[in-house]
This record gives sequence, C-alpha cells and structure tokens, in this order.
Amino acid sequence: MNLSISLTVNGVRRDVELEDPRVTLLDLLRERLHLTGTKKGCDRGQCGACTILVDGRRINSCLSLALSHDGADIVTIEGVSRGDQLHPVQAAFIAHDGFQCGFCTPGQIMSAIGLIGEGQAGDDPERVREGMSGNLCRCGAYSGITDAVLDVQQSLIEADQRRRA
Amino acid sequence: MKTFDYFRPATISDAVAAAAEPGAAYLAAGTNLLDLMKGGVTGPSRLVDVTRLPGLDRVERLPDGGIRIGALVRNADLAHDPDFAKTYPAIAEALLSGASAQLRNAATVGGNLLQRTRCGYFYDVASACNKREPGTGCEARGGENRLHAVLGWSEACIATHPSDFCVPLVALDAVVEIEGRNGKREVAVEALHCLPGDTPERESVLEPGDLIVALRLPGEARAFSAHARYLKVRERTSFAFAVVSAAAGLRIEQGTIRDARLALGGVAAKPWRARAAEEMLAGSSPGPDAFHRAAKAALADAKPSGDNQFKIELAQRILVRALTLAAAGTPRRIPALPASPFSSVSGALHDA
Repeated sequence: MNLSISLTVNGVRRDVELEDPRVTLLDLLRERLHLTGTKKGCDRGQCGACTILVDGRRINSCLSLALSHDGADIVTIEGVSRGDQLHPVQAAFIAHDGFQCGFCTPGQIMSAIGLIGEGQAGDDPERVREGMSGNLCRCGAYSGITDAVLDVQQSLIEADQRRRA
Repeated sequence: MKTFDYFRPATISDAVAAAAEPGAAYLAAGTNLLDLMKGGVTGPSRLVDVTRLPGLDRVERLPDGGIRIGALVRNADLAHDPDFAKTYPAIAEALLSGASAQLRNAATVGGNLLQRTRCGYFYDVASACNKREPGTGCEARGGENRLHAVLGWSEACIATHPSDFCVPLVALDAVVEIEGRNGKREVAVEALHCLPGDTPERESVLEPGDLIVALRLPGEARAFSAHARYLKVRERTSFAFAVVSAAAGLRIEQGTIRDARLALGGVAAKPWRARAAEEMLAGSSPGPDAFHRAAKAALADAKPSGDNQFKIELAQRILVRALTLAAAGTPRRIPALPASPFSSVSGALHDA
C-alpha cells in the first residue's frame, strides 16, 4: 500500500510519507508538519476548532482522511497573514473582542474566511450567525465574532462599491 | 480506530469489485463514516475511496425536465446552485438546514442518503444495540428515547433516520441509480431504506458492492416549486438533527390544491412519505381545515416507542405549519435560518 501524499500547505509543497492510513488532515498538520495553530477540540466534526480551507472551501480537518486528500491545496491559520500584516479577519477579531481564551479562534477565523468567500451571508447578522454555527465558543464570544465578520463584510461591500463607482 | 487497507479505484467497476469483499466500505467525504470509525461503532477492514471516480460530480438537466445529480456532488454545491434551488426549493432548504457549513462543504449526496442513525445507543459501544450487534438487544427501548421513532419501529429497534435531504426527496419521487456486481439498476429513494422489523442491521436494500452513482428527480417534481417548504424542529437554533421535520409541496390551481406532496423526517427509520394525507389534500381548498385533517391522517398509525408521545402531536403541528407556509408561497430566497419554524425577518435577532 502506497501511503505517500503531496499537499500544498500555505503555498508550500509538502511530500509526506504516512506510516498509517488512519491519519486525518488535522493530525497530519499538527503532528507531522508541526502546524499546531489548527486545534483539536472534539475531533468529531462538532466544534469547528479544526476548520481549514481545502481547495478554497472550509471543512473540518478532523473528519478528513489525509490519504483521500492527496494533491489538495490547504490553507491553515498560519498561512493567512502576510508577514506581520494580519489578515483583515484576524484584525477584525482583535478590534471586536471576538475571543476570550482563544482556543476556538483559529477555527473561527478560518471558518469566517470561508464564509466570506462563499458570498451567501452578506451584511445580515442572522445569516452570519447561521453560517458560523459550525464553530462553538465555550467562552461565549459570539457577539464579538459576529461583529468582526460583519465588519469585514461591510469593508468588502464598500470596497466593491468604490470599484463600481 | 481499527486500521484498514486503503484503496482508491480508478473506475466504477473496480470500486464495485473491491467493495463487494467482506469488511469493505465505501469512503466519500467520510463525515459520518470517520466519526463512526473513531468511536469504534464500525470498523471496516478496507476503505474504497470513491472521491476520484470520474463523472460523479456533475449536475445534469434531463430531457424530461428532470435533473440528474452525481453522487459526489457536495451538499453545499447543490443547495447553492441557483437553478436547482429555484426549481426544488424544499430540497435546497432541507440541505441548508442540515449539519454545519463545514460539513455541507464536504458531505456528498450519496453519503447523505446512506448516513447512519444518530441513536445514542447505536453510538455507545458499551450499550446493547441490535443494529450495531444483531441479537444483543435494544437499550434505547427502555432508555432515553424521547427523540426516537413513532412510526414503523419494532421491538428490535426504535432508531430514526437522521437525513433532512431525504425527506423532500421521497416527497418528490426521487430515484437513485445504482451500479453493482449485477450491473445497473434504479431504486426509488422511498424504497431505499428499510424499516427495522427483526433485522435492524439491514438499513437499505443495497447489496455488497452496490454503489449509488446518481440521484434523479423526475420532471413532474418541478410542478411544486411555487409552493414548497421544508420545516424542522430542532433542540437548538442551528447545527442539530431534527426532532421532527416535514417537507410539503403543493400544486395549486384557481384556489384548489390539485396535487400535494408530504413527507416527515425524524419519525421513523426511513424518511416517511404521507400518501394518505396527500390524497386527502388533492381537490380541497388550502386552509386550516384541510391541513389539520391531512396531518391527522399522516400520523394515524403512529404510536410512541417510549417517552416520545409528544412527537406525534408535534409532527402534526409541523405538518400543518409546513403546509400553511407552502400554500403562502415559496420564499424568494431561502430564509436566514433555513427550515426554522422560528425564523424572523432579515437582520432581527431570532430569539429577541
């Protein structure tokens, strides 16, 4: 059984030899590539702490078999800033107090980036809350999280209007 | 998790041959299967990864006005296909009311059809479960069972089928295309899942190696697009399985219901088509009298399997609500809280 795979992780090609077929994308990122920003919360697809982008889509990395994702393009929380310049969603989470303990935050931010890319929620707070319901926050920072996502959405809408003007 | 051999076939026939072997299981996104494997609920010795099989990720319009959806189309992609959502709004609403955005981005059409029950005793390997280990008994029967079946259950098993997607599918006469060791065949989604009887371990009519390759909706299903809703009562606002759900589709001409489609979710081991209720509605004028009569007929055979008598009344109320909202007309856009009976106007707090 050939268990070697190639992934592009945060823009860098990574060739990984797996000794065990059971490895999930989450465990591969954390334990083989030492990218520990992606968190293991429930490990069962219920909390969203492990959210990453695979080929541009947000998914739960804990329920993704690494072998099945050979060739995938992956973005994790480590790959969203440009050097010291935070991603707009990261900056908005700080500006709006979108976290307390921080454990769920990488998953929240990756999920928010995915949500914005999907283009379904717009500036409707109810659609943002619904779209973020796959990410639990035990500290209850939901209000700040919603405000942060809406802030970024609003900036994008305004930027779009400026382009069209 | 028990270890397994991993095989990624290049063709459907290779997949079928590999999956027909004892202990083999198909892997698509794995959103349900990996969860079950992590919990030791199931332990296949071989995974046959179908995600790279060619041609199964397309949505095609058919000459009869119907639609053919490849088994590997992702739930989110189907729900957000504007043409699909306009033509089959109750199906799109059901899809968007299920799971979370992350899971919908991964989960496939074929996998959704074959997801396993969420009965807590099925998931808890320390409990007796006839579905997981035939002949060991059913601890749900005398346990925490307020969310269990009220229709079609047996002493051997009172679990429910968890899919939202399947509920409008059975209402609209969807069909699955299957490839297996003996070639191709078709099965109505309504006939795909089995009631438990004495063999709750047999959940569908699929044989070893059978692969669902596509789902088809007939052209006639388009006739309900102007009056179609899916409603789902959950124990929290979002990201929860149905306590009870209902799909309703009406064809209304000159103030009279010409044709009705009704199905319930969360009440049985399969999505439950309510044909007697549909027949009562045809020819009547849409309104509370007809809707209450139909709802009563739909639950006529229901009986509690435990601490769940309330679900029989709840199912009738949700049917009446779904019919009322369907009669009022399909919303222009799927509501912010898809399928929620508590949905509010855009921008308002749902629980304010």
